[in-house]
Amino acid sequence: MRTTTVVVGAGQSGLAMSRCLTERSVDHVVLERNEVANSWRRERWDSLRLLTPNWQCRLPGHAYEGDDPDGFMSAGGVVEFLAEYAKKIAAPVMSGTTVSSVRQATDGYLVTTDQGEWKCATVVLASGAFNVPSVPSFAAAVPPGVSTLTAMDYRNPGQLSEGGVMVVGASATGVQIAAELRRSGREVVMSVGEHVRGPRMYRGRDIHWWMEAAGVLDERYDEVDDIVRARRVPSMQLAGSDDRASFDLNALTSTGVKLAGRLAGINDGNAQFSGSLRNKCELADLKLGRLLGVIDEWASENGLDESVPAPHRFEPTVVDASPRLGLDLKRGEIETIVWATGFRPDYSWLDVDVLDQKGMIRHDGGIAESPGLYLLGCPFLRRRKSSFMDGSRADAEDLIEALAAYLDGRPPPARARR
Amino acid sequence: MTATDTPVNNGVNVEALLGAREALSAAPQAAQFQWRATCEWLNGTHSRSTVEGFFGLGEEQSHRTVYTFDADHPEIFASEDNGATPVEYVLVALASCLTAGVAAVAQNREIQLRSVAATIEAGMDVRGILGMDSDVRNGFSDIKVTYTIDADASDDDIKALVGQSQKRSAVFDILTNPTNVRVEVA
Repeated sequence: MRTTTVVVGAGQSGLAMSRCLTERSVDHVVLERNEVANSWRRERWDSLRLLTPNWQCRLPGHAYEGDDPDGFMSAGGVVEFLAEYAKKIAAPVMSGTTVSSVRQATDGYLVTTDQGEWKCATVVLASGAFNVPSVPSFAAAVPPGVSTLTAMDYRNPGQLSEGGVMVVGASATGVQIAAELRRSGREVVMSVGEHVRGPRMYRGRDIHWWMEAAGVLDERYDEVDDIVRARRVPSMQLAGSDDRASFDLNALTSTGVKLAGRLAGINDGNAQFSGSLRNKCELADLKLGRLLGVIDEWASENGLDESVPAPHRFEPTVVDASPRLGLDLKRGEIETIVWATGFRPDYSWLDVDVLDQKGMIRHDGGIAESPGLYLLGCPFLRRRKSSFMDGSRADAEDLIEALAAYLDGRPPPARARR
Repeated sequence: MTATDTPVNNGVNVEALLGAREALSAAPQAAQFQWRATCEWLNGTHSRSTVEGFFGLGEEQSHRTVYTFDADHPEIFASEDNGATPVEYVLVALASCLTAGVAAVAQNREIQLRSVAATIEAGMDVRGILGMDSDVRNGFSDIKVTYTIDADASDDDIKALVGQSQKRSAVFDILTNPTNVRVEVA
């Protein structure tokens, strides 16, 4: 079979790109291993809601129109939203089609699937950045008797035995799971390395409202100091909930979650934590202070100081004088470990020479090093919000320019490039 | 950021460091370093360690000169006090590593330093090393570093300097994270 563009993945990014391709009359298919919004259907925990408010759910030619703009979609709500979008834009989604290989061929690419082969000029990789849980190598040293599961396998507290839990990782995922397990009555220890602190609300508005308004979410990949680092920064400690509560470390410890430093190793069944917890918390507090400073400055410049509550700062993160450095996993205090240690993309099927030493695609703002190959839906791909739905919109609208130019034999236009 | 037009100069060649980062990302094997020291027992608890050569950037390297370090224990431990105790060398290592980091980060962030001073205190229950109580560890119970910094920067920027220097410090990492140590008899 032949088409101009193959899009791999029918999530928010793949669908956004499909709509952009249709607008340009570019013949294409969207290959999806299962069905639209698959990872939202099958790879998320039950209570998960979007981190971004409903009003920020914007895709090319589609936006939230419900009666709760300030609310947060459940995983099921996201599935509905994306399924509705796919229908509305008549996206040519081939469901139940698993890509087993993408390789260069004469005049483009050859995409092999379990439903046949596609020849195409351009490929858009929109299969997501969170396909495989990253688990530290020493996970193998967890003693028998302690169950382990990853954030991808976690569904709800009922899955776990009644005993204590160690949640490793303090991104949005880690704090949400730790909070939920603590609410279920379990003792919870959370191992905390580098993290990004964020309040849900600031000066009467959602933090995402401020970050969008002040231009923080639109900060570009070629404007930050160290994009390699920026792409690896954990997600901000946020959750979408009706009470708009914050999920920072102080919120967790106030409910009885105990903090330990980054899990550095497991030796003879003893979990060893880094002594750097205080440093990590101070850095996160300072970083939050800088973010709020940017917001306050923007609010003043834009005359909001009269209409919103006054600037303030949050209490520094409370850290024990001597946080625990070890935990004997053989003693029974911990019955389950939840690895909330991040995810990585799965490019095992990508037979194009564009992967760096860490298995990530070499690209410039989503334009991969291999001509005609594009990437979407990865953290900070082109801007800070790239991994959010609204970022998929902006990135797809940029990259369609590059893709269309490539098909016409023109260099990528300035807008797509820089 | 300075009040005058004088360029920030903390004596750190940030361009060279950033250049090295660039070069090493192209040739990661050159980033493999090996640090070395030798140590010779003199008498009692007195020893003399020597540092000269190391390996890095793909070849043998050496310091400008040979450095020696006498270590001993104080007289209250019935020793002759011919030098700092080994644990004090650890404090020296941490302080000098963090301080170098403060200067480098300040240079990179264009913050002019006028003075940087650190005091380090480390608690230890010596019942551990004396083998009196197996519940007491040999090493420090805690380490506290206090910086006094005079610089052209806000308090938060100065805190961020110190925070970042910890984040990039080898000795801070060595002290806060476990390391496999193998000691053999040749």
